Amino acid sequence: MAADLATVTPPVRPERRLRIRPGMGWPLGLLVAAVVYFIYAYLDRYFRGSIPSGLHNFGTDWLPIIKINEALVYVLAALGLNVVVGYAGLLDLGFVAFWAIGGYTAGWLMTDKISGLNFHFLTAKFTDDHKIVGIHISWWIVLIAAALVCALAGVLIGAPTLRLRSDYLALVTLGFGEIIPEAFYNGDNIAGHNLTNGTQGMQPLDYVRFFTFDKTGKLVWGDLDAFADISRFFIFCGLTALVIFASLRLRDGKLGRAWLAIREDELAASSMGVPLMRTKLSAYGIGAVAGGIAGAAFAVHVDAVLPDRFRFDISITLLAMVVLGGMGNVWGVTIGALVLAWTNSTALPNIQSSLDESGSANGVGIGLAVLGVLVLAAGIAWFVSARKGLIFIYLGVMIATIGILLRIKGPGLSFQFFVFGCVLLLMMLFRREGLIPEARTRLVLREPGRTEAEALGADMEAEAPELEALSDPIVHAAGTTPTGPTDRTTL
Amino acid sequence: MTTLPFIGSILAPQRTAARAQKILLYSSALLLCIGVAIWLVTAFIKNPTLFLTSTVVGLQNGALYALVALGYTLVYGIIELINFAHGDLFMLGTLFAAFITTSVFGVLSNGASVAGWFIFAVSLVACVAFCGSINVAIEFVAYRRLRRAPKLAPLITAVGMSFILLFIGLTWNGSQPLANWKSVLPQGAMFLGGVRIEYKAFFVIGITGPLLLLMTWIVTKTRTGKAMRAVAQDQDAARLMGVNVNRIISFTFALGGGLAGAAGLLYEQVIGTTVYNLGFQLGLIAFTAAVLGGIGSLTGAVLGGVLIGLIKALNEGVGLGQNWGETVVFTILILVMVFRPTGLLGSSLGEKV
Repeated sequence: MAADLATVTPPVRPERRLRIRPGMGWPLGLLVAAVVYFIYAYLDRYFRGSIPSGLHNFGTDWLPIIKINEALVYVLAALGLNVVVGYAGLLDLGFVAFWAIGGYTAGWLMTDKISGLNFHFLTAKFTDDHKIVGIHISWWIVLIAAALVCALAGVLIGAPTLRLRSDYLALVTLGFGEIIPEAFYNGDNIAGHNLTNGTQGMQPLDYVRFFTFDKTGKLVWGDLDAFADISRFFIFCGLTALVIFASLRLRDGKLGRAWLAIREDELAASSMGVPLMRTKLSAYGIGAVAGGIAGAAFAVHVDAVLPDRFRFDISITLLAMVVLGGMGNVWGVTIGALVLAWTNSTALPNIQSSLDESGSANGVGIGLAVLGVLVLAAGIAWFVSARKGLIFIYLGVMIATIGILLRIKGPGLSFQFFVFGCVLLLMMLFRREGLIPEARTRLVLREPGRTEAEALGADMEAEAPELEALSDPIVHAAGTTPTGPTDRTTL
Repeated sequence: MTTLPFIGSILAPQRTAARAQKILLYSSALLLCIGVAIWLVTAFIKNPTLFLTSTVVGLQNGALYALVALGYTLVYGIIELINFAHGDLFMLGTLFAAFITTSVFGVLSNGASVAGWFIFAVSLVACVAFCGSINVAIEFVAYRRLRRAPKLAPLITAVGMSFILLFIGLTWNGSQPLANWKSVLPQGAMFLGGVRIEYKAFFVIGITGPLLLLMTWIVTKTRTGKAMRAVAQDQDAARLMGVNVNRIISFTFALGGGLAGAAGLLYEQVIGTTVYNLGFQLGLIAFTAAVLGGIGSLTGAVLGGVLIGLIKALNEGVGLGQNWGETVVFTILILVMVFRPTGLLGSSLGEKV
């Protein structure tokens, strides 16, 4: 959508001084955010004196660079899942399999695991804890290898299963998401051969060779050791930008349009000559490529490949990221992944520990419970009087539940499952298209079912502002949010 | 296609390719079956006692899987939704069973007695009512408003609901498995030519069998069952015929939830331990059972449950071992999906256009 609009000349509005071409807002905004964070992290690491201590403490608590890097890895994987779920409309509940395959590819090619072979290529210099034996290949080549292996795995997994009905497919992918990590987990004894070191995993990995900073903060070409988070941040940002660019370009190309056609109506698409199997398989393979890149990136991020990191939770977290951000919209998925990963890794534990330290869990619990009851009461009143505001009833119950449990159980309880479940539930019930939706997804997901459309009869002939907004991109680009009678279908 | 010869001639190469693919599929399926049969026979000859003991354990677990699988198959049959939350509902059932037997009735030691039978009967009713009403509530809160939505939406909602139930279980029971719940069932085992058969196994099968018969009777013989089948076929036509569709769907969820509750009590009494994420694993196994038997078919769910129970127990006893349990189950699921997507007893499920 965004790239479509980029070709349209925006209306002349002389009163605005800063004019950004439509469709360029998100990339520019994210670029600025990344540059600002990069400068902050650099100054904080090497010129501590130039950063006010308040900002330093805030950054250490709420925006630690390790967590930001991890969030970027999640963005990479979520963008891959977005190709499968968001573009092609195939529900994949086992995406963690590709993450695992990418990670283990990096493990095999960058550690001393395969000690029978002795093969070095463009790799970093060895320190004491890196053994010389085994295959050691530059991470940049491993990245490509992991992507290729995952693409192959995606095609192999997809080929026999993609002709299934959509909900069966979800289950089969879930099965693969369980089998592959279990195979790695038990891989220390496959017919007597140790392939994966089992629970111990593989570590340490070779260093990545790239631009980095020496002790005084000077830019040098060298090895990225455990403290080179800033360089890794730069690399991960670059990879994310690459995957975003590829996603956007693919979406506008022939293949992307075929994906969208399949997502919206498989039968119609195949009648129009879209080869179903090949198109679905390519979605699977290309999604898997991003998953593999994420796996290889995660491996150097934690400097290890451990089997217990690849669990079903990660598949569901990735799905929640795609759904929350807005299926099919690259920017929405990026933001959704950043927000959810950050909430999960930083915000929730921080809130919990600050509640622990200050001992205010009781007070906050009571406050949340009261707030929840108030929201619930308002929601019920609105719903009874005007048949609207159902979301406030749900929200009120959820907030009150958190408050009461915080009061009873204390801050030791982890609310992660509850928050995730509620996010999925509320998004599906009230905003199926995601927080930052794509106009096209919104139309499809809000489309009433056939029988309902028939039952509505003449109502369907009424004006559809969303369709007009689509056919008149200038209005849409100027920021008019289409609203209209489609709300009817949600209540 | 035969009526349009010119299309037939255009498609001819593809048809032979399709036939070749079909032959390949069936021959590989046949090879697989022969391989499994040979493996079973050798395992039996090598150690018949272990084999038969595993079989008994498998039958006992299979009965439990069948109870949970019925919940999946009932819901899928009527609104075509994979109810991901069902396994977690079963987990809540085990927790509730533990709560009612230990906290309410104060069962603190093992062993059967007259009071024990009474406690068991009351707990069974309570668990069925508990899980049934939770399932109805879930349907009302989450799925009802998404009945007309694209399929992806209720599926993701079910995943979300499963997380909420997981959270309830975590809050209720903590993250550690709570073990050593006392059982009111008869303890001990009998030996039949060296094969150990626990009395509990008879009990599980003795409770499960009548429940399944009751279920079949409700669905095939009663007026409500007829309405259920009508709604499963065509909701709008059923509504035109005067069927209260919402109530029938709620009733179906109540039935499925009730069976999960019964399975929860049996699991708690027989296995004696549960953990908050038990439902995810067992739910997947049960769904695999439902798919293996043919989803939407009641007999199929029972058959699939027993088969999966047997396969899992044999794998743990004489096969690859517990480490590979999930791999074996999911490999079966994938093979069934590839070779026979309708399951063993399922009828053709053409995608509705």
